[in-house]
Amino acid sequence: MSTSMQSDYKAKTASGRIAHYVDQRVGASGVIKEFGRKIFPDHWSFMFGEVALYSLVILIISGTFLTFFFNPTMTSVTYDGSYVPMKGTHMSGAYASTLDISFDVRGGLLIRQIHHWAALMFMMAMSVHMLRVFFTGAFRRPRELNWVVGATLLIVGILAGFTGYSLPDDVLSGNGLRIIDGIFKAIPLVGTYLSLFFFGGEFPGTAVIGRLYTLHIMIIPALLLLLVAIHMFMVVLHKHTQYPGPGRTENNVVGFPVGPVYAAKAGGFFFIVFGIIAFLGATFTINAIWNYGPYDPSPVQAGTQPDWYVGFGDGALRLWPGVWPWPWEFEFLGGTWVLSVLLPFALMAGSVMMAMVFWPWIERWVTKDDRVHNILDRPRNAPFRTGVGVAGIIGYSALMIAASSDLIATHFHVSLNDVAYWLRFTFVFGPLIGFLITQRICLALQRKDRELVLHGIETGQVVQLPHGEFIEVHKPLDEYRRYKLVSFESPAPIPAQPNKKGKIGLMEKTRAGLSKIWFEDRVIAVTPAELEAAHHDHHGPAIDKKQKGSLEQ
Amino acid sequence: MKALSQKRRHPLAVLVLLALALLLSGGLYAVATATNEAKAATSTSYSAEDIAEGQKLFLANCATCHGVDAEGTTDGTSLIGVGAAAVDFQVGTGRMPMQMQGVQAQIKPGQFNDEQIMQLSAYVASLGAGPTIPEEQYLDVSQGDAANGAKVFLANCAMCHNAAGVGGALTRGKYAPTLMGVSEKHIYEAMETGPQNMPVFNDANITPEEKRDVITYLKSQEVNTSVGGFKLGSLGPVSEGLLIWTLGLVIVIGFTLWLTSRAA
Repeated sequence: MSTSMQSDYKAKTASGRIAHYVDQRVGASGVIKEFGRKIFPDHWSFMFGEVALYSLVILIISGTFLTFFFNPTMTSVTYDGSYVPMKGTHMSGAYASTLDISFDVRGGLLIRQIHHWAALMFMMAMSVHMLRVFFTGAFRRPRELNWVVGATLLIVGILAGFTGYSLPDDVLSGNGLRIIDGIFKAIPLVGTYLSLFFFGGEFPGTAVIGRLYTLHIMIIPALLLLLVAIHMFMVVLHKHTQYPGPGRTENNVVGFPVGPVYAAKAGGFFFIVFGIIAFLGATFTINAIWNYGPYDPSPVQAGTQPDWYVGFGDGALRLWPGVWPWPWEFEFLGGTWVLSVLLPFALMAGSVMMAMVFWPWIERWVTKDDRVHNILDRPRNAPFRTGVGVAGIIGYSALMIAASSDLIATHFHVSLNDVAYWLRFTFVFGPLIGFLITQRICLALQRKDRELVLHGIETGQVVQLPHGEFIEVHKPLDEYRRYKLVSFESPAPIPAQPNKKGKIGLMEKTRAGLSKIWFEDRVIAVTPAELEAAHHDHHGPAIDKKQKGSLEQ
Repeated sequence: MKALSQKRRHPLAVLVLLALALLLSGGLYAVATATNEAKAATSTSYSAEDIAEGQKLFLANCATCHGVDAEGTTDGTSLIGVGAAAVDFQVGTGRMPMQMQGVQAQIKPGQFNDEQIMQLSAYVASLGAGPTIPEEQYLDVSQGDAANGAKVFLANCAMCHNAAGVGGALTRGKYAPTLMGVSEKHIYEAMETGPQNMPVFNDANITPEEKRDVITYLKSQEVNTSVGGFKLGSLGPVSEGLLIWTLGLVIVIGFTLWLTSRAA
């Protein structure tokens, strides 16, 4: 970089001279020196974020191809392409050009299917990544804001998917838009105006496909890229988290540097993801738009569903009772309040989303844990959080599965109405049941870990001692494995603390109550003293595992 | 004209007017339903022997629910006037005799041979005029127009039978069955007679030629090789979502495990 280097250094090879020439002018070596030595820990569960990122790149590449042939217009044309059942049918230019992409553009259907499968993969990878971050506690300080950026990415991803789903202007996508129109109109007071504004008049109008196109190929991708940039910048800034292990502390990162191995591996992984998506696109039909026919506001076809990531919203609408126990709409302030559409979205789907976004602060408030955490929790070592996570998965899944209630009814030969009743029950009580079971499983696994650390692995060898006693030989754990099993915290409940005035407020009482539920049942890690005691006593446990009190530190 | 205006206050004028109105509306109705009536009139090709044999079969197999004179009971509807087409469809597809009472007759392997079905149809057709077995020309898909059929199908049938004709759910355990693998004749008869929960699409609603187009479209869907690869049951986004969360996720996890298997 410096001018003195310029005179000192003379590259021997041609490529070296070119590299040096460029480096003198852009100073890339400094960046590579810094970023190339960045250490990333290696674990399979850390790679879903990468899958999401690569899916996004594939989406942009395949989407660009599609823009060359897609015609975002609602002007009516008469179809005259290769697909015989649609010949001579009047349809929008958007639908006609999507049929052309599918049947007349060379490789068009493959790219369309790759684009759509990549979208499903993108959303799935983001969701799994988010679950990994949640269950390992990677959202804790200093990464709370990055958690929110990630949650926003998920929501913007849903918007990206939905706007894309709506573009072909077939009956399926039009039905989806009709629901959006209904949701707009259910917003109190301003809903009708919002709908008229969005559709440029009464639904469906002639403007919405063009508008969705602008959103889908320009504004939403730009937002996604901006958020991804912020997300990645924060990952570099905070450094990556790591699982507990020997030599791993809150102040270091154990793993491989980006350059050269990790970069090569990640580059290769991009092509693997591309390969998986191309395999799906080449093998499995996705969104057979030619079956649905051009959009017509009158029919709603059987088996009309959104893509899976919008399913939770559709499911909420399906689960909310229509007129039971009273009609969910009333007249107020000169408008009709359609609660049977508003509440499922605001209460059911909305609350699941909001709880997700604000979880880091909820947890921090209850646990009073504001420390920096770079070492991850094993999910079993945070039984309450893991239980909440499973509860969230069950609640979300009940909504998502409800979106396919009609297919469940036909394929399992049950009544559509019964499916709705069962899923309502699951949405309300399933999370609670799931939470309790998961929390118990976590505590049991922790006790199993204690057992392993204290007594080692059962070898199955039974030995008779000289004085006649039989014992089973236990093989002690090696130190590396033991470290993994004992290096965790098990916080005790924090009772209500008086504030500066010496008063205990209602909030603090609530917090203390939650803290008690949170940490009341707990298993602490084996202490060196316990281990020592266990090693001296070959007959059995030195302490009674069942008595929780005796385990309190 | 003068005579007419003088007599318009005659006490019998109201009755005459009523009679005229009834004649007019009845006549219009007769014209409107003429297409069906005309077909019912042609259903005289069954022999007396067929009808007699059919009656025997009916008494042995159907009378328990439909009544000895096919007048219907609490367990089964009246069959007077349902026509030969309804019998041919219900018995031909195995729905009747019903396996069990339920919200909807289940499809099962047929219980009667073609001759017996014809005899049963003959007996029921002899009870009252109704839709007849469709003529061969309306079942010949080589004369049909798949593009028009697609239009008619998507506008009238897809809301219950799914855009790809693979079926869909109705309320309380009822369902619209798949149309894949159903014979031309049975598709036609179903439209004509509206079995189970299906509405009737009579010839004034969907003409015989349009019915043939619909059949042509459905048959073309059956034989078309799927252009996009495996169809995943043509069920739309649900089976796609299921695939990405099963096969897709498993493949991805497989590769991530492989890539990190040589970690320090």
